[in-house]
Amino acid sequence: MEGIAQLGQYLGAGLACIGMAGAAVGVGNVAGNFLNGALRNPSAAAGQTATLFIGMAFAEALGIFSFLVALLLLFAV
Amino acid sequence: MTEEHSEGLAFHPMDQFMVKPLFGDGPIHWYTPTNVTLWMAIGVLAIVLMLVVGTRGRAIVPSRAQSIAELTYGFIHKMVEDVAGKDALKFFPYIFTLFLFIVVSNFLGLLPKAFTPTSHIAVTAVLAMLVFVTVTVVGFVKNGTHFLGLFWVSSAPLALRPVLAVIEVISYFVRPVSHSIRLAGNMMAGHAVIKVFAAFAPLVLMSAVGVVVTPLSILAITAMYGLEIIVALVQAYVFTILTCVYLKDALHPSH
Repeated sequence: MEGIAQLGQYLGAGLACIGMAGAAVGVGNVAGNFLNGALRNPSAAAGQTATLFIGMAFAEALGIFSFLVALLLLFAV
Repeated sequence: MTEEHSEGLAFHPMDQFMVKPLFGDGPIHWYTPTNVTLWMAIGVLAIVLMLVVGTRGRAIVPSRAQSIAELTYGFIHKMVEDVAGKDALKFFPYIFTLFLFIVVSNFLGLLPKAFTPTSHIAVTAVLAMLVFVTVTVVGFVKNGTHFLGLFWVSSAPLALRPVLAVIEVISYFVRPVSHSIRLAGNMMAGHAVIKVFAAFAPLVLMSAVGVVVTPLSILAITAMYGLEIIVALVQAYVFTILTCVYLKDALHPSH
């Protein structure tokens, strides 16, 4: 039984990595749209870099939760 | 991650994150000097050297060390003022300390054989919990019960507000989790990737495939190292700017 439980643990931790795809799409979306806007109005771009990084951090946070799930499965179950 | 080391790699990529006592191999108590203690102390020493000794000359045309110190100070000062507002400047020393500690730990961790204190969730969780507690206390002291208006989105339709309140409360309490794991996860993942490539590098000594693999992995280490330098700076910046955003929420909780 323990072997099956461990198998499930590792499978689950691996599956949690799929969450990275979502974070990648999110962060890419933020950066892409920033660049899109920045090239249209370069003079306003410099003032918005802080917003860019805040947006990236929030988009990344959801990817981090999948990392957290993987860690919990590996060490806390 | 597992007990037995994998056969193929020269060393385990997670070995670098082990907390070891500096002297001997005894058990680790809270007072045992470990490699974490050492690298935190080196970090604090580097900050003091940069800020105190670097600016001692007070030259009108600053030396290199003095300009770095002044630029960092000005950068964070402007960030706190822009993001959190003028009345948040009271917290500038705290935020500047946070930024310096994180950025110096991140950079020192990039040295070969070094240890990165910020790659441990135990370290970043303390930093994030301190921010969380500070921000919550400041919010209640400054605004009293009006601080709870942060969870009651007054611009939304009345029927939606209870639902939004639940979501807002959850996202408020998830803040320290994402705040700490973002930093630790980024530092840990980057360093582990470098070590994975580094473990492939001596393959040329063992088999013929190494002729292809070794140059490729050395190239990959170099590229990842460059990326890690950016990540070290950006993650410290993100941690600090999020602290400013949370502080702004506490000082002006209107939605």
